[in-house]
Amino acid sequence: MSKQRLDARFKEILARGDKLFVPYIMAGDGGLDALNERIQFLETCGASAIELGLPFSDPVADGETIQEAGIRALKSGATVQGVFDTLKVSKERNMPIILMTYMNPVYRYGIEAFAKACVDAGVSGLIIPDLPMEEEQMITDILTQHDIALIRLVALTSPTTRQEELKKRTEGFLYAVTVTGTTGERQTFTDRVHQYLAHLKNGANTPVLAGFGVSSEEQVKMLSGHCDGVVVGSRIVKAFHEGDRAIIKAMIEASKQST
Amino acid sequence: MYQQPNETGHFGQFGGRFVPETLMPAVLELEEAYNEVKNDPDFLETFHYYLKDYVGRETPLYYAERLTKKLGGAKIYLKREDLNHTGAHKINNALGQALLTKHMGKKKVVAETGAGQHGVATATACALLGLECIVFMGAEDIKRQKLNVFRMELLGAKVEAVHHGSATLKDAVNEALRYWVSHVEDTHYIIGSVVGPHPFPQIVRDFQSMIGRETKQQFNEKTGRLPDALIACIGGGSNAMGMFYPFVDDASVKMYGVEAGGHGISTGKHAATLTGGRVGVLHGTMTYLLQDDDGQITEADSISAGLDYPGIGPEHAHLKDINRVEYVSATDQDALFGLKLLSETEGIIPALESAHAIGYLPELAQAMTEDQSIVVCLSGRGDKDVETVKAVLGGQSDE
Repeated sequence: MSKQRLDARFKEILARGDKLFVPYIMAGDGGLDALNERIQFLETCGASAIELGLPFSDPVADGETIQEAGIRALKSGATVQGVFDTLKVSKERNMPIILMTYMNPVYRYGIEAFAKACVDAGVSGLIIPDLPMEEEQMITDILTQHDIALIRLVALTSPTTRQEELKKRTEGFLYAVTVTGTTGERQTFTDRVHQYLAHLKNGANTPVLAGFGVSSEEQVKMLSGHCDGVVVGSRIVKAFHEGDRAIIKAMIEASKQST
Repeated sequence: MYQQPNETGHFGQFGGRFVPETLMPAVLELEEAYNEVKNDPDFLETFHYYLKDYVGRETPLYYAERLTKKLGGAKIYLKREDLNHTGAHKINNALGQALLTKHMGKKKVVAETGAGQHGVATATACALLGLECIVFMGAEDIKRQKLNVFRMELLGAKVEAVHHGSATLKDAVNEALRYWVSHVEDTHYIIGSVVGPHPFPQIVRDFQSMIGRETKQQFNEKTGRLPDALIACIGGGSNAMGMFYPFVDDASVKMYGVEAGGHGISTGKHAATLTGGRVGVLHGTMTYLLQDDDGQITEADSISAGLDYPGIGPEHAHLKDINRVEYVSATDQDALFGLKLLSETEGIIPALESAHAIGYLPELAQAMTEDQSIVVCLSGRGDKDVETVKAVLGGQSDE
């Protein structure tokens, strides 16, 4: 059911004519006790799915905001098992959960055990930024057996042939990285972004979401206009950390108006 | 015949390319560029020209007679990488990769450094070839190695302090990788050891393997045969890989890699990845890592900034698994003992990194006979460590 839950929900939202909005939060930032309430809050605001970061000590794809959230989460005692146990409590939620983490915690937990734990906790998909398609065969069969979507990232630096291959392979959605760099807020995007998103949209079997650097209502509207929606990470993490939830609501609202 | 890595960059189950998609094209481009130059006579001629006339190769293979007598046992030879320009083996790889950077038409270089030796070597090669250079270094290491920071600055490099995590080599690699992700279009990452995603472990090994090739020839000229044992210190493992690689198929040659045992393996405060670590993925490669049960990387601990790394080159992981190399460890105390021993018996102050190999030497030499020989890779000189050593051992100059 896992992967299907994600696909069905995205389909339903897009069929209404809305854009997708996937907020990223760091599991354990603010303590694991806060996790289910934050998921609930995002659901109430109208999020389409949640990208949930599992903290890792050495997150090379992440900028400072998410690095620091990861350090806070680890300091608060968050563990992989702790996150799964917390998610299990409300596994019948409507909101699809996509876990984002690096390869090492998955490998340490055991790939098969990790996939099973995802199923038990009601997780629909995985994003592993340090697992390019050259290495993914170590995990793909097991994820397929357990019905967990492996969401591929495509980058501005990916040549056309790689973009096409990633478009073909991805499940759930295609994560279009909109900056040549790490996660974190940006003021502007390269002019190439529109053309890049248009190219990715063309012939894609899954929704295409833009992510990395998206941090204002204007950017949400602008990028959503060129694809199926956005992933917003650092700005959301910062908002929860600073207790300023109004901005989260405003960004999700902006996404609804961008069609 | 030993032939690693395979075409996908794996050494047995280890290695690979675990990097973000943004970097994948650069990693593939690097592989292609390296395949173009690795057998190109013009490239190799230029490389060897600089190695000879600029670095001062070949380095001597020196019979350490007084050390041999003092320890009693096998004859000890030192491969004098400490005599290279900039004081360590690091310049071999830095120069090779700086030439490769030019071949790829890139004008900027990023590097990480632990003890500062690779940073200085990279800054040097960049000054020589007119490349822009930025070096990431842990704030803790900057404290331990102030002089090397100033040397890099004199050479025109920009040194960026890294305050995250343990503020040592691992964190410097993280930051260098992040910088590379953000500047990949015009910047090459000159990684300092046989670590990172394919093809780095192969490139760095190849650019260091003159150490072993020269040793083989020099030892043969002196004795007409092969040495019985090789020994080298290991952090990421580039000097060891450069020494071992040309001997992998010579089954009679035993090889020993000495990791940093820090305060002792049993204390948990060490950097002995192969002795105390478990398989995982870090910095683009699958290898043994110091990590907790949750897959979080733990902090390494060593008196030597250059060995203070929780991972190890994937080829070493493979050589351990196929039982070709024996990996052992020497503690901070063993290293200090080794440093004093070599200074007093031979008039050579080794780098703290290399002192780990010397520190393990008594055990090895005494278990062998007088007609046998050991070659130690003396990877660097100790000038940079004098302050650290003085802080531990004290000295007359204290007022």
